[in-house]
Amino acid sequence: MSLRTPLGKVLGRGSAGEGVGHWWDQRVTAIALVPLSLWFVIGLLRRSAGKFEDMQAWLSQPWPALLALLLVLTFAWHSKLGVQVFIEDYVHAKGAKTTALLFSTYLHVIAAAAGVFAILRLAFS
Amino acid sequence: MNQRPLSPHLGVYKFMYTMALSILHRITGIALSVGFLVFAWWLMALAQGPQAYAEAVEILRGGFFKLLLGGWALAFIYHFCNGLRHLAWDTGAGLEKRQARRSGAAVVVATIVLFALFLWAAFDWSPVTP
Repeated sequence: MSLRTPLGKVLGRGSAGEGVGHWWDQRVTAIALVPLSLWFVIGLLRRSAGKFEDMQAWLSQPWPALLALLLVLTFAWHSKLGVQVFIEDYVHAKGAKTTALLFSTYLHVIAAAAGVFAILRLAFS
Repeated sequence: MNQRPLSPHLGVYKFMYTMALSILHRITGIALSVGFLVFAWWLMALAQGPQAYAEAVEILRGGFFKLLLGGWALAFIYHFCNGLRHLAWDTGAGLEKRQARRSGAAVVVATIVLFALFLWAAFDWSPVTP
């Protein structure tokens, strides 16, 4: 006998209410990060990362700026999902868990917003 | 309610090196999440202009941070290689014990080779230089 309601079964969202959304987003971002992260690391190694002019000349062009923007957003979401799993698995005390999850979420949003803002400023100035 | 067993049940399995690779995927993932904050800070410094960027680079070039950057590179390479292994598993491929052990060994070898390549490319450092 199952205690699940017919509606719950049809919606298939489980107890967290989001179904396989988390799992799936982690994979979608992982696949996107393969080319994006490779592009960035190789691009960085081929230039003088310590020189402002080199980095600005690179990341202020339209295509590199777009890719960098996608990298920041994808990296942020992938990282947020990963840290969430880590906290849920290892921090069991309820208050500490909620606090840690909130802290991680805010930190990821701040860093992602900073990254997006920085790239837009480089590209448009 | 609080006494219910919670996963992951780390203590009940015999240790296999694939377990070390699994926990390493998580540890490198967390390290890269910290790296994301530094990445965003680096981008902000770049957006602020030459002087702010020069100051940021000076911090990043400092001994401690240089070591951290090397660590992040190693974490990225490992997480990248092992992530590909995870994506392959998600298709249902390579889940047999023998295959999983072999792909794990391949990830370790690939990480070492790519990290050596990285050191050579980033710092002009080569293990074979006399």
